[in-house]
Amino acid sequence: MSTEIRADGGPVWMLRDSWTEALRHLRAMPRSPELVMFAIIQPIMFVLLFVYVFGGSLMIPGYDDYTQFLVPGIFAQTVLFGSAFTGVGVAEDMSKGIIDRLRSLPISPASVLVGRTISDLVRNALTFAVMIVVAFLVGFRFDGSLFEAFLATVLLFVFSYAFSWVQAYMGLSVSSVEAANSAGFIWMFPLTFVSSAFVDPSNMPSWLQPVADANPFTILTNASRALYNGRDPGADPWIALAWAAGITAVFAYLSARKFARGAR
Amino acid sequence: MVVAEGLVKRFGSTEALRGVDLEVERGTVLGVLGPNGAGKTTAVRILTTLLRPDAGRAVIDGIDVVAEPRRARGLIGLTGQYAAVDERLTGLENLVHVGRLFHFGKAEARRRSNQLLDRFDLSDAASRPVLGYSGGMRRRLDIAMSLIAEPKVLFLDEPTTGLDPRSRVAVWDQIDELARTGTTTLLTTQYLDEADRLADEIAVIDLGVVIARGTAAELKRRVGGDQLHVVLADRDVLPTVAELLAHRAVGEIQLDRAGSSLTVPVADVDGIVPGVVRELDAAGIDVSDVGVRRSTLDDVFFALTGRPTQVDPVGEDG
Repeated sequence: MSTEIRADGGPVWMLRDSWTEALRHLRAMPRSPELVMFAIIQPIMFVLLFVYVFGGSLMIPGYDDYTQFLVPGIFAQTVLFGSAFTGVGVAEDMSKGIIDRLRSLPISPASVLVGRTISDLVRNALTFAVMIVVAFLVGFRFDGSLFEAFLATVLLFVFSYAFSWVQAYMGLSVSSVEAANSAGFIWMFPLTFVSSAFVDPSNMPSWLQPVADANPFTILTNASRALYNGRDPGADPWIALAWAAGITAVFAYLSARKFARGAR
Repeated sequence: MVVAEGLVKRFGSTEALRGVDLEVERGTVLGVLGPNGAGKTTAVRILTTLLRPDAGRAVIDGIDVVAEPRRARGLIGLTGQYAAVDERLTGLENLVHVGRLFHFGKAEARRRSNQLLDRFDLSDAASRPVLGYSGGMRRRLDIAMSLIAEPKVLFLDEPTTGLDPRSRVAVWDQIDELARTGTTTLLTTQYLDEADRLADEIAVIDLGVVIARGTAAELKRRVGGDQLHVVLADRDVLPTVAELLAHRAVGEIQLDRAGSSLTVPVADVDGIVPGVVRELDAAGIDVSDVGVRRSTLDDVFFALTGRPTQVDPVGEDG
């Protein structure tokens, strides 16, 4: 029974293999309902807590309604947190030997990670859909055109996708799933809170303000917030896109290299 | 089919492999036998393109695994130390997934998957998530997954480590079956009985070098092999019995007049006792006791290295 060498390279096969890998995760998703629940409940909680707990006492210059200011920030934070699933998933595949098996197959190594990041993008989109509904229930409205809202959303997802690659790299670098979990989340708290997501950075201590202003997450939030509210975002969307492109390029390269060389 | 020459691999200051030579003939099973930390897994990882050697070369069916890893991957199937199955998916989905990654069409991937499920006695569990599988079932699925594209060489890294005795035998039967159909296989193991049962040839590896190679019988002969121990009621018939059992001996029979017993080195003690009892009974000899002692990896090791297998483990590698 002779077999010619199966599978090979080429960009078309790379994409198809990526999709095959993405399907592996997408198929599995509804089978861990607790993960799906967590991914849905967390953003709902954040919307409700921030709007009703802080909403009354926070005044943001230029916004009559804190909800209009806050909700885009929560959108941004949630899609960013969603990227952490990538690191945990990669670490899980590593610890179970699945990555070793995939690396021993005659496929493009990149497709394993591309597939993983794509499936997390889909998961993130589901979470986002739920969040939009909740946001509308608490009174959030698109004050700009639908097209602007669409652009704002695309921007959020491009950014989240970039961070999926950061997480993939971390998932390949840590030694356990637990480590990937904490390592993936811990730095996202300062990243998202020392920003314009929930408050106006000009009220922060003077040493912290420049940090918040330079934070790419601030730029992302400002860009999508302006678009959701039908205001002029200036150059922010382009700067946010540039950040996303840079992060994706650097971490996709690092991850692919680490993947090809093997962790051990 | 598989040739490795002078493989060297260092992890920091630890030398996991210090010049390993291995050869697997087409259609045969090579057992790589050694204790934990001997370098077995490192050698497998190099041969399966997961790790680059610091020196030496490895060729599979004429293809250099370092120079052309992609082509080499098209020829091999790997079952690593941990059952590399996606627990969230069913057995069938796991198999089809790997088939799709080998670029078989949907129908063909399914056909091959169902065939393998059948062959590995997993058909009943095919549509259940792997999460509910036993260790033995996972291991069988894992091996099935590495066979989906009919690899020219199959690598099994400690295929029965961690399995209960019954699952172990089931996995052995499957590997036997593969060997019968001519699958070239390299398997690593810590157990002499496993290598003995499955391998045509054994390479004993220790501290990163191959210290002996040969068939199980050859290795056992070097260490004295398995032993048959017979105690008689009457010490005077000892020479007669020695003569009777001479055809089973692979070495010198030891007579112990004081204990009225004799020790016969044999190639394999499996199922030997009933035959011996019948034989002696037929000759009208009164037997008090018949016992066997299997030679173990420890015996082989002790004979080859002068020390037991309990060495300091070298890193995380098996």
